[in-house]
Amino acid sequence: MTQRTYAGIAVDVNDEGYFTQSSVWTPEIAKAVATEEGIDLTDRHIAVLNFIREKTAKGEALSLRSIGKSGIVDAKQFYELFPGAPLKKASRIAGIAKPSSCV
Amino acid sequence: MKKLVILGAGTGGTLIANKLRKKLPSAQWQITIVDKEPDHVYQPGFLFIPFGIYESRQVVKPRKKFIPAGVQYIESVIEKVNPATNIVELANGTQLTYDYLIVATGVDIAPYETPGLAGAEWHKSIFDFYTLEGATRLQTALSNFKEGNLVISIVELPFKCPVAPLEFAFLADSYLRKKGIREKVNIFYTTPLPGAFTKPKATKILGELLEKKGIQLIPDFNIEEVDNSDKKLVSYDGRTVPFDLLTIIPVNMGAEYIGRSGMGDDMNFVPTNKHTLQSVQWENVFVLGDAANIPTSKAGSVVHFAAEILYENFLYAIEGKPLTASFDGHANCFIVTGIGEGTLIDFNYDVEPLPGSFPLPVIGPMKLLKINRLNYLGKMAFKWAYWNLLIKGRHMPISTKMSMSGKETD
Ligand SMILES: Cc1cc2nc3c(=O)[nH]c(=O)nc-3n(C[C@H](O)[C@H](O)[C@H](O)COP(=O)(O)OP(=O)(O)OC[C@H]3O[C@@H](n4cnc5c(N)ncnc54)[C@H](O)[C@@H]3O)c2cc1C
Repeated sequence: MTQRTYAGIAVDVNDEGYFTQSSVWTPEIAKAVATEEGIDLTDRHIAVLNFIREKTAKGEALSLRSIGKSGIVDAKQFYELFPGAPLKKASRIAGIAKPSSCV
Repeated sequence: MKKLVILGAGTGGTLIANKLRKKLPSAQWQITIVDKEPDHVYQPGFLFIPFGIYESRQVVKPRKKFIPAGVQYIESVIEKVNPATNIVELANGTQLTYDYLIVATGVDIAPYETPGLAGAEWHKSIFDFYTLEGATRLQTALSNFKEGNLVISIVELPFKCPVAPLEFAFLADSYLRKKGIREKVNIFYTTPLPGAFTKPKATKILGELLEKKGIQLIPDFNIEEVDNSDKKLVSYDGRTVPFDLLTIIPVNMGAEYIGRSGMGDDMNFVPTNKHTLQSVQWENVFVLGDAANIPTSKAGSVVHFAAEILYENFLYAIEGKPLTASFDGHANCFIVTGIGEGTLIDFNYDVEPLPGSFPLPVIGPMKLLKINRLNYLGKMAFKWAYWNLLIKGRHMPISTKMSMSGKETD
């Protein structure tokens, strides 16, 4: 485990840069993490991140489908907001664990 | 008289009906089971139909044959459940009331969920092998296939029997080699996962096997649509994969009535306590098999292990006792790696598939994540065990809880 500083706040992250404690997260911290991913966060990004955090807090599994049905973005727009590997990038920026698929 | 209603008479429903009818006195308990189709199908057999290894008649038997005496069987589509008033509505107009409900309606493919998938090419050059119809039609298409791109694709996770598309790819490689046309065919394997499988050790070994067989893995591929006129897959990030023959695992969803009854998540899976197998929301509802949202494989072996736990907890529940039996997510899946060869994985909620021997250390005779002929025979023997032991609720020679014995850890 290592520590990184985002928006002036020290955050514990794992080897792959995912937060180990999601409670430290703020939108300001997210902006700093997003910069590392090459993304300039907009309100739309933040709305998606909040949705992801709420779903995770309820213990529900994240999927492209559930985000596509969130009413905030559809799956295509989600890809545009977080290009490449959207679920992984969005999870890291949202301060939650890396999405895992069960066997 | 108490009433138990079981929804679905597939692997799980049939098995639990057999076990509970033996246990619950007929004078006190009425058991009713509902299914929409007259035939019980052995789904693991669907894998072999496209290659002519099995014929359809080997995987189909009349459902009634497996419903025990003393259980009322109703053939009808389930329309809706009202869990607040304990009523099930059937399409044939019947209303069933229950004291306890066991949901075992599994999952089914939903090709219409993907734009273009259920279009003009469906069952022409695009096939599933998760239905008897799809598998049978694919057999004809494969026997006529001479050259070009054979693409095997997974639309979305989770789907039942997560090793089945890999097995299909391995068998297709063997089959085309036997026909002498392997060099005229490119085999591609697209998946939303970053690798061949979900967990690290199995992913590495199965990924190497794909490579060895010249099957090209296309990871992180999320299908946005199927272009029927150009016969190609299009991903959300704009990549395309052209196909001449496409074998696809469409989105897998729980039964529609689950959604209509407000009992499911966005995939129509029923939120279920992963250890007790009781519904999260309703105390008198239990969920068995693929229909549950529990984080393990949707597989027949899982249904079998889960049924042992559900059986115990059901008996506790009706006596008002705490549900102390706990499911560990145990799964045990043979993986066919070519005609005549196979491997085996054994895992649970907490332990990923590891290499080793099964069920005994060193001796095996089955090998975990290693390839041998015996593993293939094990897979083929599963058909006999399914019809004769598993769904009849008889003892299977394999323990409900996963064991670390024989597994190699580092
Ligand atoms: C190609 C393939 C290969 C597989 N290989 C393996 C393998 O090698 N090993 C393994 O362990 N597992 C394998 N499986 C998975 C295994 O078959 C399933 O996990 C298992 O059958 C699930 O049991 P179930 O009782 O949950 O659901 P099912 O057995 O699918 O039963 C569900 C039942 O509910 C009925 N039903 C659904 N909706 C309604 C409704 N609205 N009204 C009335 N009835 C309804 C259906 O008709 C069906 O009979 C494979 C599956 C496939 C498709």
